[in-house]
Amino acid sequence: MDAIHGFGIFFVKKTVMEEKKYDVIVLGGGAAGMTAGIYLGRSKVSAVILDSATIGGQMVLTYEIANYPGIPSTTGYQLSSAMKKQARSFGCDVKANVKISSLQLNGAEKSVVVEGGVVYKAPAIILATGGRSRMLNVPGEKEFKGRGISYCATCDGDFFQDKNIIVVGGGNSALEEAVALTKYASKVTILHEFDHFQAFEHAVEAAKANPKIDFIMESHITEFSGDESLRKVKYKNLKTGEETEKAIDGVFIFIGYEANTDALKNTDVELNTYGEIVANDKMETNIPGVFTAGDCRSKQFRQITTAVADGTIAALNAIGYINAG
Amino acid sequence: MVLPTNLKHVATEDEYNEILKNHENVMICCGRMGPMCVPVYDVMEDLQEEYKHVEFRDMLFDSPHAHVIRNLPQCRGFMGLPFTVYYKNGEVVAATSSIQSQEQITEILDREFGK
Repeated sequence: MDAIHGFGIFFVKKTVMEEKKYDVIVLGGGAAGMTAGIYLGRSKVSAVILDSATIGGQMVLTYEIANYPGIPSTTGYQLSSAMKKQARSFGCDVKANVKISSLQLNGAEKSVVVEGGVVYKAPAIILATGGRSRMLNVPGEKEFKGRGISYCATCDGDFFQDKNIIVVGGGNSALEEAVALTKYASKVTILHEFDHFQAFEHAVEAAKANPKIDFIMESHITEFSGDESLRKVKYKNLKTGEETEKAIDGVFIFIGYEANTDALKNTDVELNTYGEIVANDKMETNIPGVFTAGDCRSKQFRQITTAVADGTIAALNAIGYINAG
Repeated sequence: MVLPTNLKHVATEDEYNEILKNHENVMICCGRMGPMCVPVYDVMEDLQEEYKHVEFRDMLFDSPHAHVIRNLPQCRGFMGLPFTVYYKNGEVVAATSSIQSQEQITEILDREFGK
């Protein structure tokens, strides 16, 4: 990068860049990132949390949380708001909805350039970018989101009273939500790409026992179409290649989660075959000074409690790293 | 009946009419506390400082008074929460269904109300 440094301002390709220096940058403001921010702030380590979307990550999208130790029942919104307030109270800066233009993770100084001309620099960085719901990425999906295509049965189920709908997926969420949607819909078809389900047996049995549910296996949706609302889907049988058009009122998509690591694919940080960040039990990645935490890393369980644990470990080891000089 | 958010709310039909009468630019997000709605409230909360010329409000979708939004012709065909409606001088100028990103929201705010 051709840059002229001076008093926190430098120029790249005639664009004025504002430079902000911290001890640690935390990428991602979910449970892992905010816990890291709390520990860093409380240790008097200057830190900033940057998130490209809403602070709270997937936690904020959880309606009821009943298994967070010490809190009998809360909402994701309340828990997230409390964590954000707590991190800020210890002096951690929190920035939501920032668009990251580039990342530099190698070397002694890590940098994150965001749209709008600010570059954040720190000797250590914690990657806590979380996960996101998978989309089908087929024609019509974006156009009919909210007009027949939904990703949340609890939110939108009651719009489909006495309607004919499809649930896409074969995991626990898909099968459990399909059963829940039979409270509203007249007919629910579960469409899945394999010849078997990944869900627990009790969820499969409950779906199979429900007279309103039927199944289309070894198939995937290739197109959504309609007018002001979704009217039809096309799906393809993966075994025979046969394509079928079906009139439909709604489609609910539950095909799992993926790590938010697209921005890391052009860096040297090690990812596994699922795109998840590889780290040791100190949350250290393969690059010195680069730590990770939460759902974006390769691990067995993805819970708020495990994200909080990851965030704690990453923050404490990042503090150790910067203190070691 | 209002939503437990940090935004200002619209609780009644009378309040809704007052807001539209007294503010040139209004954005109302009508939803619940679900995963599609909360991110929109959060974006609105963040944008309040920057868009001081816009009145940001939320409204509980299940309130009986929310018929003022549920039954708007511009929301016909909507089948995903939240219903987000933008008003200029009391008239609907844009409406969206389901989750929207900050980018999508600011695109509408800039286009309809200016920066």
